[in-house]
Formats: sequence, C-alpha cells, structure tokens
Amino acid sequence: MSGFASLVWRELRRAWAAGGLTLPVAFFLLVAILFPFAIGPEPKLLARIGGGVIWAAALLAALLPVERLVGPDLENGVLDQLAVRGFGDASVAAAKIVGHWLGFAPSLLLAVTVASGLLGLSLEQALAAGLSLLIGTPGLAALGVATAALTAGLRGAGAVAGLVMLPFAVPLLIFGAGAMGGDASALKLLGAVSLLLVAGCPFVAGAAMRMGRG
Amino acid sequence: MNARLVLDGVTCVRGGRTLFEGLSFVLDEGGAALVTGPNGAGKSSLIRVAAGLLQPVAGVVTVEGERALLTEAAALDPELPVAKALGFWSGLDGRRDAAEAALDAVGLSHLAPVPVRLLSTGQRRRVGIARVVASGAPVWLLDEPANGLDHAATAMLGHLISEHRLNGGIVVVATHLPIHIPGAHGVVIGEAA
Repeated sequence: MSGFASLVWRELRRAWAAGGLTLPVAFFLLVAILFPFAIGPEPKLLARIGGGVIWAAALLAALLPVERLVGPDLENGVLDQLAVRGFGDASVAAAKIVGHWLGFAPSLLLAVTVASGLLGLSLEQALAAGLSLLIGTPGLAALGVATAALTAGLRGAGAVAGLVMLPFAVPLLIFGAGAMGGDASALKLLGAVSLLLVAGCPFVAGAAMRMGRG
Repeated sequence: MNARLVLDGVTCVRGGRTLFEGLSFVLDEGGAALVTGPNGAGKSSLIRVAAGLLQPVAGVVTVEGERALLTEAAALDPELPVAKALGFWSGLDGRRDAAEAALDAVGLSHLAPVPVRLLSTGQRRRVGIARVVASGAPVWLLDEPANGLDHAATAMLGHLISEHRLNGGIVVVATHLPIHIPGAHGVVIGEAA
C-alpha cells in the first residue's frame, strides 16, 4: 500500500472506530425527522423545504467529527512523525479529506433515501438530492478538514469550528439546495464551489498544520 | 550506512526567548551527541530543529540519510493493538516486516495484541523506541528516551544505541537523566545564568 493510501485507510479506520459511520447518519436522520414535527405534516410545504432541510442536515452531519480530524494527531505527535518521514503537509491534509469523505458521505447518501421518504419528496426530488449531495459532499469534507486544522489545539475547538466553517459552507448550501429544485446551472455552480474547496483546502489545512507544529 | 548530521551556527528562538545561539557540531557515521541542560533550556527544540520540524532563526542543518524521531508524544493510535499501531509506521517506512523484530528488541513482543491505550508510560516509550529501530533510518533523534524506563529498559536502550552506532548510525540524545553513551559529543545548552 502506498503512503497516501495508508493515510487514507487510517483516517477511515479512525472514523469507523469513533462511530463515524453511524453517528452522522443518525444525526442527519434526526434533523430530517424533527422538521416535520416542527412545521407540521403538510406534504406540499414539506416537499418545498425538503431540499433545504436535507442540505442543512448534511452540513451539520459533516461538522460532527471535525474535532477529531486533526487535533488529536497534532497533540499525539502523529503530524511530527509524518513530517519527519517527508510527507508534505498538503498531502497529509488531502489524505484526511479523502478519508473524511469516505467516512461520512456514502452512508449519508444512503440515509437520503430514508430522509426523502420522511419529508415526502418525490422520486425525482430524492434523486436530485442524492446527486447534489454526491457533488457537494467532497467540498464539505475539504472544508471540514481545513476547519479542523485551523482550530486544532484550541480549547472548545468544536464550537469554534462551527463558527469558522458554516459561513464558508453557505455557497454549497445555496447551490446545493438550488440544484435540488432541478436547476442545472445551480448544479454546475455547486460543482465549481465543491471543486474549488477540494483544490484549495489541502493547502490551507497544510499551512495550518505546519504552523501548529512550529 | 551513509549518514552525516551537521549543525552550523544554529540559533533557536522560541516565544521571543533565545534558547541557544550559534550552536555547531558535526556527527559522522557512528557518532553520537548527548544534549544536556536544565528544564526549558531548549533540548527538545534542538531535537526538533535537527528533525527539520522547527526552522532555526539562523544557521543551517544538513542531514544525510533518513531521520527517525522519538519525542514525548507517542504518536500511536490508542485503540489499536501494539503490533498494528507500530505496523502502521513501519508500513509507511516500507519495512512492515521490521516491526516484529523491533518489538522483540525492546522486549515487548508479548504485548503485541494489547491495545495501546492499556500500556504504561514506560511501555509506550519502548514502543516509540521500537518505531525508531524499525524505521531503519541512520539518524536517530531521541528526546528524553529514558523517561519512564526502568533500569533494565534503560540498559536495553543503551545497548540498542551502541549497536546502531556500530552499524554506522548516528544518535542525538537529549536528556536530563544520566545515560552513558561512550564517546558521545557533549552538548550543554542553556547553562543556568
């Protein structure tokens, strides 16, 4: 196994060990369940806000494990050991992004089917939700790792991470929820934002990890 | 082993305080340096500078050969069994097979299936030493390697260090404990003012 693949595998293993497979999904479904209770079961209304609810829930689910993505590795000396072995900080961050995405996104996509049912979405809308999440979640994962690196070592990192991450996630939310309305240009913009985050965040996270180490 | 470590006029400043200034030494194959000094003198910083983790304010660090680092932080995933946690690193070093022998060399092969979180401080340190041994790197940078080790384990550490030097390796040890390293270049930093 190459070094990069070992790092990705380690991230995935840690995500599973920390309940990464089930917790974000349970959280996601909980939000989807709470909305109909809060606003009433009227199908038309639910179908109209359903896309937004799914995206907001996905955003929060991606934020859940942020505290354990980089902080423990910084504290535990893992980042030092990787640096001594000549791993670039950006490639370590990229491995963390891939691992984080694999940890939460596939199970989240499966959970969308259930959430769509709860929110009374049509099959078409459910498919659009799945597609927009498939395109948007890599951006969420990248943002999560960058936020984790920026807040690593801070007290109350989880709460600060939320404050840092959510504003940057607004474009994903807008275009993601827009794309579910069947707007093709919103889907393209979602792809562009997601791509930008995936391309840029490894360098941001890498620089933050380098500074955390120094 | 082809190894060489050169510190040339290295100055390290941390938090606005100069820890050491114009520090120079050269270690060739089989060489060793023993870094001593009071708490907070900058022993760990010197190790981190030599490891390339910390940029010196002035001076140049030149290293030939791979480096292996032992610090206070274990860098072992607590939920994994010892053999797997160590195997992750030796796998990254492309020497997966070396992990078992290294664990044996630090006398912990019986703990291979035990999760890292159950280890004592000294045992964790010994697994860290095993990672250094397993790496096969010629340049060893050890920060307080004898912390938490009992007499037998300290003797074992000394034995591993001399063996490594006999094979042409380089060792830099920063410690406040009396470790005897024959023929080591003494580096004393931050003498009490």
